Amino acid sequence: MGNEKDHLEAIEGKEKFRYIGTSPIRPDGVDKVTGRANFGADFTANGMIHGRVVRSPHAHAKIKSINIEKALKMKGVKAIVTGQDFPKIDPSDKVVGEVVVSFYDMSQNVIARDKVFYDGHAVAAVAATSIKIAEEAAALIEIEYEVLPAVMTVIDAMKKNAPVLHKGMKTEGMDPVPKRSSNVASRAELKLGNATEAFKDADVIVERDYTAQTVHQGYIEPHACVAEVSADGMATIWSSSQGQFMVRAFVAKLCAMNASKIKVIPSEIGGGFGGKTKVYLEPLALLLSRQSGRPVKMVMTREEVLRATGPTSGGHARAKIGAKKDGTLVAAELEMEYEAGAFAGSPVKLGCMTGFAPYNLKHVSCIGWDVVVNRPQAAAYRAPGAPVAAFAVESAMDELADTLGIDPLELRIKNAAVEGTQAPYGVKFPKIGCLETLRQAKATEHYNMPLGPNQGRGVASGFWFNIGGQSSASVMVNPDGTVIVATGSPDIGGSRASMALMAAEVLGIDYDNIKPLVADTESVPFSDLTGGSRVTFATGKAVVEAAEDAVNDMKRRAAKVWDVDIDQVEWKDGIATCIETDIHKPMTIAEIAAMAGKTGGAISGKANINAKGAGAAFATHICDVEVDPETGYVQVLRYTAVQDVGTAIHPAYVEGQMQGGAVQGIGWALNEEYVYSKDGQLQNTGFLDYRVPVASDMPMIDTVIVEVPNPGHPYGVRGVGEVPIVPPLGAVANAVSHAIGIRMADLPMSPPKILATIDAAD
Amino acid sequence: MAKVTLPIEVARSHCHGERGHDVSGSDIREIVKKLELQFPGLRERLNQGLAVAIDGEIFQDWLLQEVETDSEVYFLPAIEGG
Amino acid sequence: MAKHHVEAIINGDPAEFLCGTEQTLLDCLRDELSLTGSKEGCSSGDCGACSVMLDGRLVCACLVLGVEVNGKKVETIEGVAKGDDLHPLQKHFLQEAALQCGICTPGFIIAAKALLKENPHPTETEIRYWLAGNLCRCTGYDKIIAAVQKAAAEMRGES
Repeated sequence: MGNEKDHLEAIEGKEKFRYIGTSPIRPDGVDKVTGRANFGADFTANGMIHGRVVRSPHAHAKIKSINIEKALKMKGVKAIVTGQDFPKIDPSDKVVGEVVVSFYDMSQNVIARDKVFYDGHAVAAVAATSIKIAEEAAALIEIEYEVLPAVMTVIDAMKKNAPVLHKGMKTEGMDPVPKRSSNVASRAELKLGNATEAFKDADVIVERDYTAQTVHQGYIEPHACVAEVSADGMATIWSSSQGQFMVRAFVAKLCAMNASKIKVIPSEIGGGFGGKTKVYLEPLALLLSRQSGRPVKMVMTREEVLRATGPTSGGHARAKIGAKKDGTLVAAELEMEYEAGAFAGSPVKLGCMTGFAPYNLKHVSCIGWDVVVNRPQAAAYRAPGAPVAAFAVESAMDELADTLGIDPLELRIKNAAVEGTQAPYGVKFPKIGCLETLRQAKATEHYNMPLGPNQGRGVASGFWFNIGGQSSASVMVNPDGTVIVATGSPDIGGSRASMALMAAEVLGIDYDNIKPLVADTESVPFSDLTGGSRVTFATGKAVVEAAEDAVNDMKRRAAKVWDVDIDQVEWKDGIATCIETDIHKPMTIAEIAAMAGKTGGAISGKANINAKGAGAAFATHICDVEVDPETGYVQVLRYTAVQDVGTAIHPAYVEGQMQGGAVQGIGWALNEEYVYSKDGQLQNTGFLDYRVPVASDMPMIDTVIVEVPNPGHPYGVRGVGEVPIVPPLGAVANAVSHAIGIRMADLPMSPPKILATIDAAD
Repeated sequence: MAKVTLPIEVARSHCHGERGHDVSGSDIREIVKKLELQFPGLRERLNQGLAVAIDGEIFQDWLLQEVETDSEVYFLPAIEGG
Repeated sequence: MAKHHVEAIINGDPAEFLCGTEQTLLDCLRDELSLTGSKEGCSSGDCGACSVMLDGRLVCACLVLGVEVNGKKVETIEGVAKGDDLHPLQKHFLQEAALQCGICTPGFIIAAKALLKENPHPTETEIRYWLAGNLCRCTGYDKIIAAVQKAAAEMRGES
């Protein structure tokens, strides 16, 4: 499909793009502004009944018995399931591939077996003819618990005699393997050179401990699905998720069904950010449907979303950086403990890999501990693992800059990773835009504005790998020359528009003549889920290849009509022309499509790929705050996000990702946290007290799009969705630290904490 | 000979702490096969949650990825996104 | 357990439905009248995704009981466009890319429409404070504010 050199040339001449780089209205837009679009909870099926989940009120307990008799007798109750109804899964059963997913753990998380591990852990599910009856029946289910002591923090979980959540959990990655069980699932280590020795060469060393709290992705749409199993064992699931193929695979495994018997239809999704890359309700709804013979609808309440779905890991980090007087970094260390929640699998390894990535370091040591606690099992949240690591590293860089008297951006520029720099995880970076984001940040008007009293400015950089993965696309040309582009990637940010733009560019036809769709699992070949900032990159690549396939098909048809060789046919702007002679009139896509039957049948193109060449992304953010010394309230005065996006296919949506990610990061830094009682019950189970940023909290978020094209994509695309959440924690913490003159190392920096810090220093 | 680097924990548990190995092979599968002969049990461990970077490019599905005679091959933790 | 019979004017048309005492207006709109444009994000009145107008007043439908609207006028997102003609707010939300996942959009449009009725020339701060009851997790609010400003200008006859 062309070589790298062709791609780079195409990209460098970007003015030659006709459609890419414009910001047209998204095809699903009108439906969304009129309320017509169907999200997870908007679907109904004939004969549908309603499911509700019974959840543990205890953070840690053994289940001694479950009695469903009274509930079953209630009029209107059609089915009840508990852990017993689900197939047993072997503890060693993992999906091998992109991420290690333990089906054993996943199955227990969906519904408890003999133990519950967090307040809100599902224990049973009821389906009845109305939500009211389902709730009343749920209250009649009698569950006997033996309450166990709970561990709620990584510190408590790692103590010598801490109550152990999982018998048999012996820390992986230790040598020798520990004899006793503990709550430490694994230890990971990354190393370049010899940091311990190299610190001896440092003129200045900064070292500090940092803490961050559990936060939730905060999507406004709660999880929802409708599942129907027919009498012949064929299942249909309508579900709001980041991957219909993921839902199919996980439900098949957890319910012991053949995946080919399950059709998953993706609804529009009301936010995911990584939190909808797993299943919670679908397996329950499926079994309830099977038992009752009716379609079952299940929708989570906001309380259930917060109590029982994956937040991202809170935890601790210790960062140590050593440098020469002139600011050259000589050595760095990072050691982190992350909350995995009830089951192993925090993204601490990814934190280790990304924390120091923006810097050229020959001697680095990163250690990461994955620790289970009695909180819901962690799930991915935009650049999983990276924000907390970056918080520690970027705060340390700031402290270093202060100590050395060097401008914080200058310090980063001096040590910036460039093409050929070895990343902490060992790989040498290809062409990247880290330095460019730093330089552009330094040149912004924002960075050069003066500050007033009680105001502070913070900067921070961040990195995310971005992934490729499997994507499939089908490009179908209608008889009138308009085109349908079908892919299997749920659209969480406007990617459908970008698919249409890329297809328009290849086909040379108007964006408005292309209809992009997100197809169900029976209508398009397998695609990995939407996440990892991969859709514009990988699914985009598939769309480009499929469109090129369709163009070749149409060139063949024209060649047939003209009775010439296909290499005589050129395609430009949606028209086939014969290069050699003037005898043959050019044919438009509509004319070729109208003759499709005469030239061999319907016209389409396809591509099923495993996209390689994903481009890493870097960002640098600048944040100005004003802190009220009386109340500890932090006002974000100004915020600028600078990011290397490769090539902005749809600039308005790229900006949207940068702004949205930045604001999530600001919320994480200033307000968001899980508040638990002594006994491990979640206290802030709604949006009133789980305080996400609101419109009046935020200023406009200025964006600077940097384009260092990724040679691995035909249009130079780098993933953009995740890196925006990586710098804000550090940028805001650095700003607040400068505003009050004291280093803030403990998130969130809520008013009481800031006041306490100011008071303690007095 | 490709220069292969293993993660520290894997090297510790399966290769007596030796992270770096020079191995010849035309693709990763061949390289892993050769390492398995030297360190039985390594292949199964490498199949658990690791990605592979070949000359700077990261692959999540790496079994049949081709390798040049002097490629740098790094095994690293698999990357998930959000 | 007999249901209540409720008659109301929904988006200008007479409507009637049966509901239980405990059903909220949001439940009734979505489940009894199939008007699923108003969304449930929290059921505690904190996210604004269920914003509707009740007798000209901006409310969260999850905080109003179905039985309370008997004899009243309700306006939902489904009544904002006139056939094919989008309201300036809808148009500008699209043009300014003020939505990503779109789940909060109906609520924002209803709330913004109420704002512009009361204050056709709001400042950025006034817009932000009026919309503080509508949560968005995708956009960071930037483009939403821009869309409301542009729609307001158009509605004032300026653009």
